[in-house]
Amino acid sequence: LIERTYRNGAQSEVPAATGAACVFVVRRDQDIYMETLRKLFNESHGIFVGLQRCEEERAARARNAQLVQVSKNYRSVIRACMEDMHQAAISTRDSALHSQYSIQVSILSAMELIWNLCEILFVEAAPAGPLLLRLLDWVQLHICDVDNMVREVLSSENPSKHKLFWNVVDIFVLQGRMDEARHLLSKEAIANPTSMKMYKILDDLMKKMPLGNTQTLTEMELKWQHWHEECQRYLQDGTFASNSHMESICKILLGDENAILEKKELMTTWYHFLVTRLLYSHPTVKPMELRFYAQSSMDMFLGEESSPEPLDTILMAAFEFELHQVIKECSVALSNWWFVAHLTDLLDHCKLLQSHNLYFGSNMREFLLLEYASGLFSHHSLWQLGVDYFDHCPEYGRVYLELHIERIPLNTEQKALKVLRICEQRQMHEQVRSICKIMAMKALRNNRLGSALSWSIRAKDAAFATLISDRFLKDYCERGCFSDLDLIDNLGPSMLLSDRLTFLGKYREFHRLYGEKRFSEAARLLLMLMTAHIAPCSFWMTLLTDALPLLEQKEVIFSAEQTYELMRCLEDLTAGKLDRQKFQDDDVETMKVEMLRLALARNLARVIVKEGTLEGS
Amino acid sequence: MEEVCARFVSQKISKARWRPLPGAALQPPDLFATGSWDNEDNRVSVWSVGDAGSAGLNGEYQGEPQLLCDIRHDGDVMDMQFLDQERIVVASSTGSVTVFRHHQNNQTLSANHRWENAHYHADQYTACGGAACTGVICNNPEIVTVGEDGRINLFRADQKEAVRTIDNADSSTLHAVTFLRTTEILTVNSIGQLKIWDFRQQRNEPAQIFSLTGDRVPLHCVDRHPSQQHIVATGGQDGMLSIWDIRQGTMPVSLLNAHEAEMWEVHFHPSNPDHLFTCSEDGSLWHWDTSTDVSEKPSFLHQGGRSTAYISHSTINQSVVSAWLSNDPTKDRMEITNLIPNQTLSVNTLDVLGPCLVYGTDAEAIYVNRQLFA
Repeated sequence: LIERTYRNGAQSEVPAATGAACVFVVRRDQDIYMETLRKLFNESHGIFVGLQRCEEERAARARNAQLVQVSKNYRSVIRACMEDMHQAAISTRDSALHSQYSIQVSILSAMELIWNLCEILFVEAAPAGPLLLRLLDWVQLHICDVDNMVREVLSSENPSKHKLFWNVVDIFVLQGRMDEARHLLSKEAIANPTSMKMYKILDDLMKKMPLGNTQTLTEMELKWQHWHEECQRYLQDGTFASNSHMESICKILLGDENAILEKKELMTTWYHFLVTRLLYSHPTVKPMELRFYAQSSMDMFLGEESSPEPLDTILMAAFEFELHQVIKECSVALSNWWFVAHLTDLLDHCKLLQSHNLYFGSNMREFLLLEYASGLFSHHSLWQLGVDYFDHCPEYGRVYLELHIERIPLNTEQKALKVLRICEQRQMHEQVRSICKIMAMKALRNNRLGSALSWSIRAKDAAFATLISDRFLKDYCERGCFSDLDLIDNLGPSMLLSDRLTFLGKYREFHRLYGEKRFSEAARLLLMLMTAHIAPCSFWMTLLTDALPLLEQKEVIFSAEQTYELMRCLEDLTAGKLDRQKFQDDDVETMKVEMLRLALARNLARVIVKEGTLEGS
Repeated sequence: MEEVCARFVSQKISKARWRPLPGAALQPPDLFATGSWDNEDNRVSVWSVGDAGSAGLNGEYQGEPQLLCDIRHDGDVMDMQFLDQERIVVASSTGSVTVFRHHQNNQTLSANHRWENAHYHADQYTACGGAACTGVICNNPEIVTVGEDGRINLFRADQKEAVRTIDNADSSTLHAVTFLRTTEILTVNSIGQLKIWDFRQQRNEPAQIFSLTGDRVPLHCVDRHPSQQHIVATGGQDGMLSIWDIRQGTMPVSLLNAHEAEMWEVHFHPSNPDHLFTCSEDGSLWHWDTSTDVSEKPSFLHQGGRSTAYISHSTINQSVVSAWLSNDPTKDRMEITNLIPNQTLSVNTLDVLGPCLVYGTDAEAIYVNRQLFA
């Protein structure tokens, strides 16, 4: 693409070529062409369609459970895709591909992180109490380095002497994984009997920590208050003074922010810090209170040096319950519409998005779905998925679909059939007609008259059927015999699609009757073709010429009435001709007419005699 | 429902075929081939399904198909058939027919032989686009192909040129072909005709033509009963399943209203011919069961996902022994099951052998069911 800048009204003699011309390199949206991502698109398409079609549960709780399940399905699809991408990254030898895959893996993992948080805060809308537990799970799921460290420590001979030992214990405590922390600590206690007393107290404290699961909020708060005071007492008594590690753990248990901040490298992210902070100072935090803690956590964690990254702003917007902001930020940060389209659709089903209309009339959900589906249509193969997305956009979906579907290249008949089926199911008659016409025209040019006819039957296109019949008739006139008899003999009810086609079928029938020597029936048919005006005027001469052998038969076939009719037809024909073609009369034509007149006259004579005789006897 | 393993493969599947079992083998098939369509880079792939009881190498979901090898294919895969244990014949939308060989020792595929212009439109200068080869059927060593150009070709696996070509055999597109006897084939076309061609005859005319009654709806697939060779099933564009008796009459014996959209494939089960399978553009795959002990089962015991329908055959000819042709009211009960619980996109292909069923969809997934009659 070249952009040219034009100078308006060049006054000086400076040549216009000095205007900056930029060349844009047009690049396909790479994402949809990645093979591994195609699985994501297909599986999520299945989930999307299932969500639109499933019946709404009446009870709010059941509905909520249903939507959470859908959200989990989406997430498992993202995770599966991440796995595949990861496998692809490991197994490839091309370094460019490797980096491309690795980038995709990190993007997918960020997407899953955001989706998970949205599920907790918006879809499930966890209340105070369970909220913290969900957030703990969320954090545990997404900080993966822990597992490597843990494995390393546990597999060593002497875990408690391992240099990472206290790191692992700390991280367990920071993530609220008390049982695992206690398990590790017991190893230390065994190895180091002097600290047995301290260990026992710490172990006891950790065991007694209340985690809001089954109790009510007030019960939980009460228990927690007691526990907090007990920890406070032990710290102030200097119980852990001799072991700095255990002391810092106790401080963490008390929710001392500085102590927690010391473990910055272990937590790696500000949202981990946020959750840990909440766990140890406000375990009964309410959803609406999150925003305050979130903002302060981010400030404390990041300090002065670093500014928030896009992921951070998105998560912050989520904590602040600013749905539109989340969607907006995600749209800006991510390179294709997949994520925002599906997430917005899910949130819309949770009835969380107010339908504030964008200024061209559709709402945000529809806008995003339309964008995503349009992107799918630009792919040579994924267009079939796009159809279902358009179907579920009530305002503009149909129009978009109509425009897109006509532009799909149809290189085989089978693909055309699939596209046609899509159009027919949605009553898009214009598109059906246009596609059938294209296919019929192609078939006609390739001389596949049967195919052309079958396409025009599908579209109920009388005009095209007429065109095809004319082709057949032309062939007959040129060659004197019919091509493709298997088609014409077996037209069936489709004969009635167009007059010309009916004529063709009947004309062939005439020939068949003649061949079977059923002359009187053939004669009747021939006459009917002319008098009922089924035959086109241009063909009358041929029909009359066909009548000649019947007239010349030894046995009289045409009755007097019929002969008069034939004569009338001939006169009509020649009268019309005389006016127009006086000076261009073919010798052959005039001879034909002469012969016909003669034959008709002779037949008339014979038939009058015959009929007169019969009446007499 | 029975165990079905799904696998998303990032390509729309147009054909899937089980590798035939050698001789009187008793074990179920373990290998199948698939072809893709509508990709810029289409592939013919060979997959294996492991033993249902063992876990995969990396602890993957057992029974999930594993890709053994694949090879690039020029054009959409329109039809595919195993010629023998190692060779696969593939029909392409470019009009060429290729024989691939699957090397078992190093698990690779290679193109063995290709007939480049098996199907083309006569006048190359005014031709508008190529002619796809739409159907292929094999009876080692003979291969018969049909295409959009209305041409029928008879090839031999080892010969470069076609043994016999019938030009302009049909004025419309031939959609599918199958063997009736060793020297006779059946074709179906897009104006609703079923034709028998006899290769022993020298003239290029069909030996017999059958037509649908009523509207000449295009027929897309055809299959012959494995043991009673006069019974033929075809599937049409309106989803209707027609059963024909080719010994008598020129019209179908029964018309069964089946799917809501084009029926892409119909298969009689090769060893249990009382069972018939059809798949369609509307995303469903139906299992038709006319085995005689069905009539004993009371209908209210059927679980979800199954529907027992009482089909009224519009029979035209009185017929004989087979359940497919009979019109005995007590035996008229046919059990029809939709094997797909959540249908979305078209099921393009299916193949059935022994207790195993494989089918592929436009949602870029392959499904394998290894306990069909459990």
